[in-house]
Amino acid sequence: MSIIIDTNTRLVVSGLTGREGSFHGLRNRDYGTELVAGVTPGKGGREVDGVPVFDTIAAAVSERGANTSMIFVPARFAAAAIEEAVDAGVETVIAITEGIPVLDMMRVYWQARDAGVRLIGPNCPGVLSPGKANVGIIPAQFFDPGPIGVVSKSGTLTYQIGNELKHAGAGNSTIVGIGGDPIVGSDFIDVLALFEDDDETELIVIVGEIGGDAEERAAEFIAERVSKPVVAYIAGFTAPPGKQMGHAGAIISGSSGTAEAKKQALEARDVRVGRSPTETATLAIEALRAAG
Amino acid sequence: MDLLEYQGKQLFRSHGVPVPEGRHAATVDDAVTAADAIGYPCVVKAQVPIGGRGKAGGIKIATDASEARGHAGAILGMDIRGFTVEDLWVEQASDIASEYYASIILDRSEKRLLAMLSRMGGIDVEEVAERDPDALVRRHLDPAAGIDAELAREIALDAGIDEDVTGQVAELLVELHRVALAEDATLIEVNPLIVTGDRRVVALDSKVTIDNNALFRHEELAKLADSAADDPQEAMAKEKGLTYVKLGGDIGILGNGAGLCMSTLDVVAQAGGAPANFLDAGGGSRAEAIVDALEVITSDEKVNAILFNIFGGITRCDEIAKGIIEASKQIEIDVPFVVRLDGTNQEEGLRLLAEADLPNLHQEKTMLGAAERVVELAAARP
Repeated sequence: MSIIIDTNTRLVVSGLTGREGSFHGLRNRDYGTELVAGVTPGKGGREVDGVPVFDTIAAAVSERGANTSMIFVPARFAAAAIEEAVDAGVETVIAITEGIPVLDMMRVYWQARDAGVRLIGPNCPGVLSPGKANVGIIPAQFFDPGPIGVVSKSGTLTYQIGNELKHAGAGNSTIVGIGGDPIVGSDFIDVLALFEDDDETELIVIVGEIGGDAEERAAEFIAERVSKPVVAYIAGFTAPPGKQMGHAGAIISGSSGTAEAKKQALEARDVRVGRSPTETATLAIEALRAAG
Repeated sequence: MDLLEYQGKQLFRSHGVPVPEGRHAATVDDAVTAADAIGYPCVVKAQVPIGGRGKAGGIKIATDASEARGHAGAILGMDIRGFTVEDLWVEQASDIASEYYASIILDRSEKRLLAMLSRMGGIDVEEVAERDPDALVRRHLDPAAGIDAELAREIALDAGIDEDVTGQVAELLVELHRVALAEDATLIEVNPLIVTGDRRVVALDSKVTIDNNALFRHEELAKLADSAADDPQEAMAKEKGLTYVKLGGDIGILGNGAGLCMSTLDVVAQAGGAPANFLDAGGGSRAEAIVDALEVITSDEKVNAILFNIFGGITRCDEIAKGIIEASKQIEIDVPFVVRLDGTNQEEGLRLLAEADLPNLHQEKTMLGAAERVVELAAARP
């Protein structure tokens, strides 16, 4: 297995005719992902390196059987593109675009949820199931197939930890970048539930950062619902309150959302929290051996 | 982006939310002219993006022109919890019968807007929530339906608002919600929301946060963001399109990706160092971005050493190395800098750096090793 994407994924990319969209879309195809279509309004009928382009996602679904949509369009059009994907009836939408207004995301979040469509992101690096499919911008060379599931708010931090796991000889079932925005389609708990039910995943690493309470909620969820070992890393111990650290969600306001509070919540539920990405990878390897 | 009180009130006024009459002033003379036009008594209020203005002496009542002049002179230039007062808001004094609290806030964990209302206003709302939770009515709004007159009235009744002004308060809640949606505000707080002696409901203060991601569709607000007073490095970084936050320590930090950059700050602090800044050069950073970043970091005189922590995913290590080499030609870097390059095209990047043989440059293989090294180097400088 693996989660969210695999060899059955049939990908349509909104924004495939753009510079970034074509670079990453075609990279995803080179990795082995079944890239069936691109979508750019007004450019239907063209091709991008042999991939047919349609005016609408609905056409890509009906004519090419697309079941997964990747959103790679500029921020001001991205919420509408997600809505279009939800309406077109794909199963999964993975939104890479950064900078989507949060109230647009609030609206789109509920539309996706009500329609039963899984939304990942926005402002995320995407999803990689090593050896099967890659949807997004995660550099696949740092990840081998294996038993560790990773779910993360941060891209580069995930690559860092993945690379250390690889050097230690451990691979991954799926890596899920959920994104660092205040409202994302899937939170830690949504992805934890998928990993818990996935036969290939034996251990889960969660990579969090300051802001919001997704990590605290994950701690509760782990205690109640997750039987597999979980290891965590939290970034942002030195972040000052009220300042935004790059990710729109990484801002501490009021008393909650600090890295220390998240660490304590996780440790109180017997989740080991690494002090650095390196220590987190080491803890994961240890836990894997102990479980194994 | 946080609006100043008067900017929030001007926004309120444009949407029909009742606020006292007021004028902006940036000099003492302007303030007196404003006070004369409004009439006495009036209130001279410091405009800074932080609470506690009253206690700090930043809000004063003037009963005539000479008092207005005196207060304006005293308040302009005053330091309020780290913010220098550069703007004043001169406002008609209000006759206050009751003080309430009202807000519309984005609750990110519920993914909904939250409306709150209390008859205990004028004090810290967190204190109210703790001391007397029932006094603060909280209601999550359906994202599709929002808030209508009926729901707003229900909230006002639950909060125990005086009966004769229930209608006005309910209407104001509906208006605040409309402001939030129309202006992409993630927080709108009115504390206090007052009832005047002649039973009018008026927003006496405003706290408004606008979503930066939505500024592209709010031209006027975007102008305010541009003119907001920034720290010199933060202003320089903004101009160059870099994400920079000043932290006040002596170790300059550059990383790629927000998460990795935050993590770098943490490991430097764990190694006993004090980061000078957060600087995310972004995914896919190219050589020019590195030159810009180094320029911003080195313009902070406090910086004694610099750490480059790069994990190349989309970013290519050879591009980073080229950027470092190029930057060292364009700007004089007289502090030691530690470079840790890992990931895509790592070998090529390391080779380029070794070939260039830059003075002051120290290479480290791991993130932890690099953090320890940069802390040592910073400490060794006078």
